[in-house]
Amino acid sequence: MSGTPGAGPAHAEAHHEESYQPVFVGAVKARLEALFPQYPTRQACLLPALWMVQEERGWISPSAIGEVAEVLGLTPAFVKGVVTFYTMYHTHPVGRHFIQVCTTSPCNICGAEDVVKAFLQHTGCGELGATSKDGRFTVIEVECLGACGFATPVLIDDDFIEGVTPERVPGILQGYK
Amino acid sequence: MGYPHPSHAKEQLVLSKHFGDAGARTFDGWVKRGGYEGLKRALGMTRDQVVEIVKASGLRGRGGAGFPTGLKWSFMPKEVTKPHYLVCNADESEPGTFKDREIIRWTPHQLLEGCAIAAHAIGAERIYIYIRGEFTAEHRILTAAVEDAYRSGALGGNVFGSGRRIDVVVHRGAGAYICGEETAMMNSIEGKRGNPRIKPPFPAAAGLWACPTTINNVETLAAIGHILVRGADWYKGLCLSSPKSTGTKLFSVCGHVQRPGNYEVVMGTPMRDLVYDMCGGMRPGRALKAVIPGGSSVPIMTAAEIEDCAMDYEGIAAKGSMLGSGGMIVMDDSTDIVYQVMRLARFYAHESCAQCTQCREGTAWTTRILERILAGAGKAEDLALLLDLADNMTGKTICVLSDSCAAPVVSAIKKFRGEFDAYLNRTRRPVMVAV
Amino acid sequence: MTAELVNVTIDGMTVAVPKGTSIIEAAKQAGILVPHYCYHPSLPSPAVCRMCLVEVEKAPKLMPACVTTVVEGQVVHTDGEEARRARTGVLEFLLINHPLDCPICDQAGECELQDYTFQEGRPGTRYSEYAKRYNPVEDFGPDVLYVPNRCILCTRCVRFMDDVAGTPVLNVSERGDRAYIGIDQGQLLDHPWAGNVVDLCPVGSLLSKDFLHKARAWDLDKSASVCTGCSQGCNITIDTRDNTVVRLRPRPNLEVNRHFMCDTGRMNYRWMNRGDRIEAPLVQDGGRLVATDWDRAVDRLAGLVEKGGTSVLLASASASLESLGLVHRLLSGTRLTAVVQLPVVDSEEPLQGIKDLALRRERAPNGDGARLIGYGMDWQGAVKAASTADLVVLLDVTLTDAEAALVSGAAAVVVLGTVQAQELPAAALVLPLTNVAEENGTFVNRDQRVQRYQQARTAPGMSRPAWWVAGQVTPAGGLAPSSSPATAAQAFELVCSSIPALAGLTYSDLGLLGRLAPTHGLAPTMQGGS
Repeated sequence: MSGTPGAGPAHAEAHHEESYQPVFVGAVKARLEALFPQYPTRQACLLPALWMVQEERGWISPSAIGEVAEVLGLTPAFVKGVVTFYTMYHTHPVGRHFIQVCTTSPCNICGAEDVVKAFLQHTGCGELGATSKDGRFTVIEVECLGACGFATPVLIDDDFIEGVTPERVPGILQGYK
Repeated sequence: MGYPHPSHAKEQLVLSKHFGDAGARTFDGWVKRGGYEGLKRALGMTRDQVVEIVKASGLRGRGGAGFPTGLKWSFMPKEVTKPHYLVCNADESEPGTFKDREIIRWTPHQLLEGCAIAAHAIGAERIYIYIRGEFTAEHRILTAAVEDAYRSGALGGNVFGSGRRIDVVVHRGAGAYICGEETAMMNSIEGKRGNPRIKPPFPAAAGLWACPTTINNVETLAAIGHILVRGADWYKGLCLSSPKSTGTKLFSVCGHVQRPGNYEVVMGTPMRDLVYDMCGGMRPGRALKAVIPGGSSVPIMTAAEIEDCAMDYEGIAAKGSMLGSGGMIVMDDSTDIVYQVMRLARFYAHESCAQCTQCREGTAWTTRILERILAGAGKAEDLALLLDLADNMTGKTICVLSDSCAAPVVSAIKKFRGEFDAYLNRTRRPVMVAV
Repeated sequence: MTAELVNVTIDGMTVAVPKGTSIIEAAKQAGILVPHYCYHPSLPSPAVCRMCLVEVEKAPKLMPACVTTVVEGQVVHTDGEEARRARTGVLEFLLINHPLDCPICDQAGECELQDYTFQEGRPGTRYSEYAKRYNPVEDFGPDVLYVPNRCILCTRCVRFMDDVAGTPVLNVSERGDRAYIGIDQGQLLDHPWAGNVVDLCPVGSLLSKDFLHKARAWDLDKSASVCTGCSQGCNITIDTRDNTVVRLRPRPNLEVNRHFMCDTGRMNYRWMNRGDRIEAPLVQDGGRLVATDWDRAVDRLAGLVEKGGTSVLLASASASLESLGLVHRLLSGTRLTAVVQLPVVDSEEPLQGIKDLALRRERAPNGDGARLIGYGMDWQGAVKAASTADLVVLLDVTLTDAEAALVSGAAAVVVLGTVQAQELPAAALVLPLTNVAEENGTFVNRDQRVQRYQQARTAPGMSRPAWWVAGQVTPAGGLAPSSSPATAAQAFELVCSSIPALAGLTYSDLGLLGRLAPTHGLAPTMQGGS
């Protein structure tokens, strides 16, 4: 599933942002600063800060990594090491709606791979990790989502949907423009 | 209940009594259902008194390790010279396990109450609840419950007028199974890569920010309030087999049963009762082939082995497996064991943090060998190789992720040899695996 | 204050080590090297490579020797069957993705993966899956290349930059077998001490561009030396190939530089190979400088010195103690002004994670040696005095044009140097010297530590060390005849005999790690010779 092996800065940073607008201004800045008293170090606010960036921008760009580093007093290298460790952070833009289908064994034996095929087909994405031509969807397989008794669970953006079958897929997709 | 199904007579509903009951989510709703009584009692006791009660109850960690909870709490320093921390492990990611999610989304206050009592017992003023990033709805519910608890005086600077301070911070993970390991979780909270730490030092000596820390699972903490109210003897009495395994356990049953769900039963309940009776047995025309009883990181059990297996720590260990998290993956005869073992190995390969050589390289190598066997290109010596790799991956690393990859591989080769041979002999049609 | 000692038996040998020592360090005391990769005595230990797993009696599992502290009465087996199998396992795991690049890899011959695999790896691989992971080579700049395919993720480089250099510019990116070492985007590995990561890398993953494909490790001759870049006096090894210096590397000295040297010093070796050397002694003959032999040159020098009068000695602070001492002694019968040319910059570049280690402001190795001998620091004043002196001796210095013009005003100028540093066509004598790579000698660093350096390449032409040249001549003014030291060791003892702080020191006192001058806290055991 992991696609091309890690390829270092010269290759991963193909997405260049012409004029980067900082994320941590105004209300977002206030939300981050409200977290500071909850931890003894700024560094501990790193995962929450990265979530805020992803909520605002949809992905975490190299410039955003630089901004987060500066705001929290860390180095960009350090922040990048953290970003690339956690699979939920996107390091490149994805479709407007990000679809994560669990295919680990408990769901696998309940037909999860057919669910994946259905999503790939009905979104028009064609292959895992690719964004559909209209920019609407990206579909990936993920590991155990922690709802094994409700096979197959699917996470679309922030919506955790239980019991997805191939038949339900077209109807589910209707709700995501 | 065998939530989401109606509860079964053989269940003992303690933690799951209010699953499905949206009214239990609010502070008032929880109080109406008897909640926060335990916390009020605990606040009137000393730290040691609370610890002794939990020790006497026999409660053991429900996240997978089964370590006696009261004993773990007693490791915390008696004198608070540095801040003490409680971490609630809500990173539930063990394949097959889905019980903590239910506790959080239906009864968040049950969890918060348990956390608060634990914090009091270990001398902590701050609790970090580490919830996996994928639990989006649960995160919202939990956050709302925390706010509710603060408003109602169950958390904050003066909990229920006791003068005691107890704060809760909800901290979202971002997609890493390994962060469920307690030392990796601490690194993740500190804003680092989720790498497990070497022990010693142990968390109770130097944990979060080098301060004394206790990490407990959601299900463990959820039981605390009940133990405080109904007493250690009551909890200890919930025991059908080994006296070292007491209380109730939520078994998350998934896979090929009629009624998958969370079943709360007394420790020592026979496994065949759970599978065949409470869960409704197999689907029509199907026979049981295998059960992985404790989340995917434990040895696979055959259908024959579950016949006389008491579901507690000792009973499942006696059958060569482990109770673990209680995430039971039930597989019937339609299951391709080799394929599923490959899929599990791939899970571990994805989740390896990359620190230890054996895990980083071994999980991926194991996966590739299994993929090749499935693709019909297996060699006679591959099984011996897999077993040798599994041995090299066991007992040699900072954490047990690589051991966890080895366990299903070894048990599958041992107990389902024929399925592997079928691929090696090319008597079974190859399966091209998407890489 | 002595530390509490703990007795531990390792492979049958019992040693007593301070409480808190790790098994791997205790094993070193017993003469046993436990194979390891990620462990390093100057870095924090993460115990991730799993190579150092050893059997500890009564322990349920193999224990990592680098982070397990010794316990009284512990019995450890580093080479039993279980530990060996574990190591063979680790090596096999490392080699499933590590490419067999030995024929094209710089590290070959000094590679710990090669060494341990040869020692106890499997003779063949059991890996028969699809192609190994491939990532292209990256330039971490300015001198460091990263070859991800060879990386064994020991993370020494990351820990060095984080904890010792204090600049976290390297990270581990991604997870599992997709992990690699990443660099801060838009930043280079240009920390003044970053070159050490190349030494730290156990395999050929981090490479020096300067050394790339220059020489095979087994073709190198190695000599212990001392860096000439500043007054810190980092211990180094000079690697030569066919008598050419091709690389400098730090040599461990726990008292001075631990395991490190700065990039400035590291890259500062090309001048040692300069071809434009003064090849023979030159004497002034009818308006020209003419090559001659040493006997005639020494005679001419003696004549100049005998005349006495005022003399000015302008010396380099990179000259050895022996050379500075004997030339000074040579002129001590005259009215001597002796100064040393000491380049000083504005700031130092510390390696913050190591106590008392920095690229120092004084950018010469022997300023303290010069001071001990009695050289002054007033360069300007001395140059001015030189313009009217009877004799000026230049000891391996480079003058500006203005300074050369002033010096030319002296009655006689004797130039001792390695290269023709300036135009002094009227010099009475120009004598060829060996440079630091071509002689034995000592420097005194800023902590008053006297350290030896060894000859690493043959001296070109007819060059000689300055101490030898000076030692051939009887000093003027009725002083005791010099005893013409024949070896640097003799020159050293002669020089030390007249410096109270160094009295009685000999080369064997110094070893190859040097020694603090006796007046610096050391028991005076060597007064009057040892």
